[in-house]
Amino acid sequence: MEFEIKSKNKFSLGLKELWEYRELFYFFTWRDIKVKYKQTFLGILWAVFQPMIMTILFTLGFGKLISDSSVLNIPYPVFALSGFMLWNVFSSGLTNAGNSMVNNASIIKKIYFPRLIVPISSILVSLIDFMMAFIVFVPVLYYYHCSFKLSAFLFVPLSLLLCSIATFGLGTFLAAVNIKYRDFRYILPFFIQALLFLTPVIYPLNKVSNKFFAFVLQFNPMNAPIEFFRFGITGESLNYYSIFYSILCSSILLIAGIIYFRKTESYFADLA
Amino acid sequence: MINHELNHYLSLRDTIVNAFKPKSSKEVFYALKDVSFDVMQGDSIGIIGKNGAGKSTLLKILSKITPPSEGKIISRGRIASLLEVGTGFHPELSGRENVFMNGSILGMRRAEILKNFDAIVDFSGVEKFIDTPLKHYSSGMQLRLAFAVAAFLENEILIIDEVLAVGDAEFQKKCLGKMKDVTSNGRTILFVSHNMAAVKALCSKGIFMANGQVTANGHIEEVVNEYLSLGHSTSAYAPEVIKADVDIAIKKIEVLNELGTSCSHFTCDDLINIKFDFEIRSINQPYSLFVIIKDKYGVPVFSAEQFIKQNSLVLKINKMFLTRGSYHIHCFVHIPKIKQFDIAEDVCYFDIVDVSSPFIIHGEYDYGNVFGNYQWD
Repeated sequence: MEFEIKSKNKFSLGLKELWEYRELFYFFTWRDIKVKYKQTFLGILWAVFQPMIMTILFTLGFGKLISDSSVLNIPYPVFALSGFMLWNVFSSGLTNAGNSMVNNASIIKKIYFPRLIVPISSILVSLIDFMMAFIVFVPVLYYYHCSFKLSAFLFVPLSLLLCSIATFGLGTFLAAVNIKYRDFRYILPFFIQALLFLTPVIYPLNKVSNKFFAFVLQFNPMNAPIEFFRFGITGESLNYYSIFYSILCSSILLIAGIIYFRKTESYFADLA
Repeated sequence: MINHELNHYLSLRDTIVNAFKPKSSKEVFYALKDVSFDVMQGDSIGIIGKNGAGKSTLLKILSKITPPSEGKIISRGRIASLLEVGTGFHPELSGRENVFMNGSILGMRRAEILKNFDAIVDFSGVEKFIDTPLKHYSSGMQLRLAFAVAAFLENEILIIDEVLAVGDAEFQKKCLGKMKDVTSNGRTILFVSHNMAAVKALCSKGIFMANGQVTANGHIEEVVNEYLSLGHSTSAYAPEVIKADVDIAIKKIEVLNELGTSCSHFTCDDLINIKFDFEIRSINQPYSLFVIIKDKYGVPVFSAEQFIKQNSLVLKINKMFLTRGSYHIHCFVHIPKIKQFDIAEDVCYFDIVDVSSPFIIHGEYDYGNVFGNYQWD
């Protein structure tokens, strides 16, 4: 096995290398999950409680208000829980991916491996949390006399894929930029909190009356995954325009994020 | 090969502010320049040099952690770098889990770790606590476990930074033995250390680096000797501001060889002179100088005290007294039990290597800080 070590000038995704190091994905994800729930009484159940508690709060607070004034084909708790489950993937994935390079600085400085593994693994952790929450979601559906349509077998995985893309694009960008400008560590929580209210998690998109605002909201990369997921339950028609804009936006973010990350990663060890 | 720009810690504010400033010329510093050498399969190469010579940068480039700004390295074989032992250890995970995590980060396949797991645990000697979280381990146990993982790396090329400088003597010896096995298996080792004895014991060839360049390259004995002969680094202490407002202050402390030149590297056969210069502002008081020679762990080896009659004093340390290792000085000027005037803490580092004592055949074994004064009957 012969190779060269030299300064990098050509851009590549480095997929071959990622494949060579594939076991590290497993180990990083496994470590993060282990560490996350070590010394907690409820352990991984927290992955279930977080979206549940938010759903209960919003159902008690706004549930009636929202379902009275708009056309929801599903009961509000189902609506909100499905939104929060996906939102959790995005928000926790983004937070962890964004801080992942800084948090693993001690490893990055001492050993080489494809750096992309770190933010990807943080997102995998969030996806596993989603799986746990999903197990509880099914009985909730049943309780509210809802069920997955046959199309859900296509749309739920698709929605997860889109959600991962949205998280991954923004997450890798933040991971790279955070290592250089630690300011982003402080911007991130605020940004995520604000974004929650610009995403159709707790209210449906058609509820927004301001035309301009509604147009801008369509570009939210989390729109499409949430819409797809709910489509798997309701089977009602999708707003193709908003889905298109949302996917377009997350694709651009994905490409930009990966390019920025790959271009700057050589110097992570010096900056970390 | 690598240019370190001045401003390492950037904040968004700095970048924004700098955008409005006229471009200033940046100082470019090459940590390595024109470094070129060949390593053959099965070689064990010791890389030596003073702090700041570029050794660690070289290792970082070889381990792909930082890319070179210019030039290239061609390598055949899997490289494993041990710039630190226990990279990726997490205090919340158990010993078992950490073995897997650490091994995997170092580039071992899961199957390899599984295959060697029992041997690793056995080598570390922490079987009893393997399922206890690492945070409950003593630092020595953590180190043993980390070393054990590293010892079972199966890569063709091993890059080792000064990791042997830690751990207890018995374990150090065990590790050194294990690494020797590695080289005899036809694998290649690049070893950076300040410990000349360890370098000599482990390596057959050497590279001496200074100011980012290769100064000498060849047989280990020659390279080490060249390093030691050039070792006239300033192991002197001369405070920029001599303490004012006191009756007596320390002006300068110098470690000298027999010829009276400043030196920081000695062998056990060398006479070591430590010269103290004072600034005496009020004469005729019973000043006394108290000197403590400390070892690399900061543990006092011996003390010496003497009245100060003149502006300078020389402490002569006899041949074959201090054993190999790094030593430094802690001293103060006082009138016993009345007043302390000036103090110099942890200054004047100097190294001693063992080239002639009967103990060197035992390799890395720590035989104490002083040669005993004894007889056999």
